Amino acid sequence: MRSPTLELLWWEGCPSTDRALAELRAALAELGLDHTEVAMREIRTAGEAAQGRFAGSPTILIDGLDFAAPKRAAEAGEETVGLSCRVYRRRDGRISPTPDPDDLRDALRKALGEVEP
Amino acid sequence: MTLAIGAPAPDFTLTDTAGENWSPNGGQATATVLVFTCNHCPYALAWHDRIADAARDYADRGVRFLAINANDAERYPRDSYEAMQRRVAAEDWPMPYLHDATQEVAHAYGAKTTPDLFVLDAGGALRYRGAPDSDYDDPGQRATWLRDALDAVLAGAEPERSETKPVGCSIKWLGRSAS
Repeated sequence: MRSPTLELLWWEGCPSTDRALAELRAALAELGLDHTEVAMREIRTAGEAAQGRFAGSPTILIDGLDFAAPKRAAEAGEETVGLSCRVYRRRDGRISPTPDPDDLRDALRKALGEVEP
Repeated sequence: MTLAIGAPAPDFTLTDTAGENWSPNGGQATATVLVFTCNHCPYALAWHDRIADAARDYADRGVRFLAINANDAERYPRDSYEAMQRRVAAEDWPMPYLHDATQEVAHAYGAKTTPDLFVLDAGGALRYRGAPDSDYDDPGQRATWLRDALDAVLAGAEPERSETKPVGCSIKWLGRSAS
């Protein structure tokens, strides 16, 4: 089975990194990808954040793409780039500092080619 | 420096989004809750409704809630005074939203995160400091640590749990590039 490349971008001012990593690993385990490596990359400066279009901590890149990137221009307007904690919305509408695990699983399945894009 | 439990809370005067001045020692409140919060932090946003519900539930018992935003608005424009005004205009806030532009109040209390709560008794002494409850991700918690502390203070007792670790985004201090 092909393994996607995974990168978790984080910033020290936000305490959600451990939870995001745990939820990512749980999603990988569910898909039989327990041994997939997750590269951790710290974003340290505003310059690094701007250069990488860092939308906040944590940000998860699947095959180099921010899986939670806004799909519509209107949503993109709500996103900011910089050193901050990222605001996610769970599927039930609640605000959360980490992605909805179901969204994460779906994105991983998509990367594996299990679902139509 | 962090304010110790039992210590007299520093006085201050801050302006809310309507231009009105507020002080923790003003009025006849049976207790005062200071909520260091902001607009852009997912932890503050996740807990906001629970804190607002507590403000509504305890209003008729004379408890006053003051929300305070101390974040550096230059680096975080979503936490500007104008953004605070827009947010209050768009939402139903049961408490005034004060702007600590110089961050003197946040420093005086030793606030660290958004949210970070400080419960003062009627005499202005600190009785609880920390998080609203144990899990930002569980609305069913209903800010129970805060409510327990308020119930104790209103009964003239010491809160069983007087201090918890505040959890949230770091306050964005002026003149710092990160953290």
